[in-house]
Amino acid sequence: MSADEFERVYEVAGKDFTNAGRVSTGIKDILKGMGIPPAIVRRVAIASYEAEMNVVMYSYGGTLTLKVSPADVTLTVADRGPGIQDIGLAMQEGYSTATQEMREMGFGAGMGLPNIKRNADDFVITSEVGAGTTLKIQVHLK
Amino acid sequence: MAVGVMRLEEVKNLLGAETLWPCDLSVEIESVGAADLMSDVLALGWPGMLLLTGLANMQAVRTAAVADIKAIVFVRGKRPAQAVIELAQQSGIPLLSTPMIMFDAAGLLYTEMRSRKSESAVGASRHERG
Repeated sequence: MSADEFERVYEVAGKDFTNAGRVSTGIKDILKGMGIPPAIVRRVAIASYEAEMNVVMYSYGGTLTLKVSPADVTLTVADRGPGIQDIGLAMQEGYSTATQEMREMGFGAGMGLPNIKRNADDFVITSEVGAGTTLKIQVHLK
Repeated sequence: MAVGVMRLEEVKNLLGAETLWPCDLSVEIESVGAADLMSDVLALGWPGMLLLTGLANMQAVRTAAVADIKAIVFVRGKRPAQAVIELAQQSGIPLLSTPMIMFDAAGLLYTEMRSRKSESAVGASRHERG
């Protein structure tokens, strides 16, 4: 990592609904503190929050890694969990395997992954059934 | 105050709402969105909006913090747990609670903001005519 790059790794606990979103609001404060334009900060924060909620709701836990370079902000979100059987289906708005408990949190309506994609300049999702899911979300600064 | 904009204090009076922590009621509201689904707020909300919701939990406040929502009004007299109110206070997000149902609260705010906007349009056209 060069001197003008920033990296931090956060642990996200599965099923911890009380703290869900804490990592993303912290990331938003860090990016604001770096003087990144508010519209970009908002896009990163929304993508981060949806990804964090997915880790909390669907997995046993994982990590969220924030990297900031002069060119872009990158979030890598890797969870340990059941994985996604059909990524194409999971990317469709409205498709969800959420439980009632997740829906009571205001999430789980099949909007998470599409929301992440909408806010990212580059978005890659990989998943292995029985192992977990990894998202790479990039927002350009230039 | 620009026409078409409501101060939070006016929102509070119009909806017969109470504040849940001693927040700044001079905040100006230019738009309102009503939703219980936080993914919809994240997808369709815009910075500076007032959120009307029946979802009285941590996620409502965290969604507001993430999406630059200016204030939250809980409908049907809902009051979140103390920890949620404290999080809002730390995040500087005003919280109000109204006894009205979502439909009535949204309808009143819509009517009031529309009337201010049309007054503004009339004012602007008069000004243009000189």
